[in-house]
Amino acid sequence: MANTPIQSKPNYLRLGLLTSVLLLAAVVSASAAAVPEKVTLNVLAELYEPVEFNHALHVDVAECAVCHHQTTGLPEADSRCARCHSGNELNSSVACRDCHVAEPFSAEYLRTKEADSERYHIDKPGLKGAYHLNCVGCHSEMGGPTGCQDCHTRTAAGDAVFHADAQPPVGGKSH
Amino acid sequence: MSKISRRRFLAASLASGAVITLAPAKKALASATFEGYPDGMGVLVDLTRCVGCRSCEAACNQEQQLPAPDLPFDDPAVFDQTFHGGTQKRRTTEKAYTVVNRYEPKDGSAPVYRKIQCNHCNEPACLTSCFVNAYTKTKEGAVIYNSKVCVGCRNCMVACPFNIPAYSYSSAFDPMVKKCIFCHETRLKQGQPPACVAGCPQEALTFGHRASLIKIARERMRHQPGRYVDHIYGEKEVGGTSWLYLSAVPFEEVGFDTSLQTEPIISNVKDFLATVPMVLAIWPALFSGFHLLAKHKENHAGDDHSSVDEEAHK
Repeated sequence: MANTPIQSKPNYLRLGLLTSVLLLAAVVSASAAAVPEKVTLNVLAELYEPVEFNHALHVDVAECAVCHHQTTGLPEADSRCARCHSGNELNSSVACRDCHVAEPFSAEYLRTKEADSERYHIDKPGLKGAYHLNCVGCHSEMGGPTGCQDCHTRTAAGDAVFHADAQPPVGGKSH
Repeated sequence: MSKISRRRFLAASLASGAVITLAPAKKALASATFEGYPDGMGVLVDLTRCVGCRSCEAACNQEQQLPAPDLPFDDPAVFDQTFHGGTQKRRTTEKAYTVVNRYEPKDGSAPVYRKIQCNHCNEPACLTSCFVNAYTKTKEGAVIYNSKVCVGCRNCMVACPFNIPAYSYSSAFDPMVKKCIFCHETRLKQGQPPACVAGCPQEALTFGHRASLIKIARERMRHQPGRYVDHIYGEKEVGGTSWLYLSAVPFEEVGFDTSLQTEPIISNVKDFLATVPMVLAIWPALFSGFHLLAKHKENHAGDDHSSVDEEAHK
């Protein structure tokens, strides 16, 4: 099982979990001593309802590192990343949003990024990008659901923006 | 006419000729090396990331307060729409400043979605073709226009190498040109990415300084060898554009015009335009000078010689 090494480090895990719970507003099932069964992803919810992410289900189909990189203390899956990220240490946080910022294109973030000329990761996706690239990418390969509303229900605000009630004009299509 | 005035005329025409011929030449040289404002922003569109959800279209519609679409923005039926006998996919219109189209690559791989909008050229052809100066390339990188001075000549629509500016044909009394303005007024000026970028779930659209985006694009190609075509569309096309594209399939297969020149469109007419002020300013002076000289000789042919002779004999 992919999560066995985690269970051997309960203290670190609690800390890591606690952080991710706070940061992701995660709901951890009371019965889960090790990994969360469900995580509510709602920091970006506006046009869509928060995602009830079934963590327990995904633990069975993918290695931790596929989503969490090397942060869970398991070897990095990508050999290119492993050249630097080789130390098998559990990070203080395994939450996506601690590295992938919610506002990757804000003037302030771009300024900090460009001021750091030695920065290696110049192309790190923001939080929304990281979620979708990872989830949709894997779902396409594994045959999982890929439609927008397969994962999150659209809100009334979302329906308005998408003009869900739009009707083609009578007398044919316009250009 | 005396000898002094003739000398003065020649000196003056030579001097003005020098000024006029040198001035446009200098300007022309400067525009040839203009590669956009140093702090100009841009967007890198990665076609390998786009899933065709059209969130960008919906976000644009909301931000720019455009009319409601004919079909909901999540209706995939629009990808099957073609025009002009099936030769053309959806284009930008007065109701949609950005449009996503679906393409089937020749090798039978998964469909590719391509978002189109104004590419915000470094040296926009629409701007140079506009004789009322309605267009401006802002220091933030956006190509915006002043609809109040637009006279509706639609030169810009003809000049644009990407066929982007649309026209409000629906308005009988106040028609004007309509196109993407990079959300300049509402977002870009405040340092925010355009609405389409903010709305994209896949980060298929990356916002940043144009110079940084080129580095990021190269980094993506280096990091994933073989994934992308070794070309950043818009880096050099028509003198460079603020919007740049990466693709895994040949660009011509997904609707891009790969025959565009790397020189800005203005370069095609720059040499000619440089001669216009010279012709307009020098020729009238020069030829009226010749004319006056000829007339002068004609009128005083006898007098001049006799007076010179008389003076010489004195």
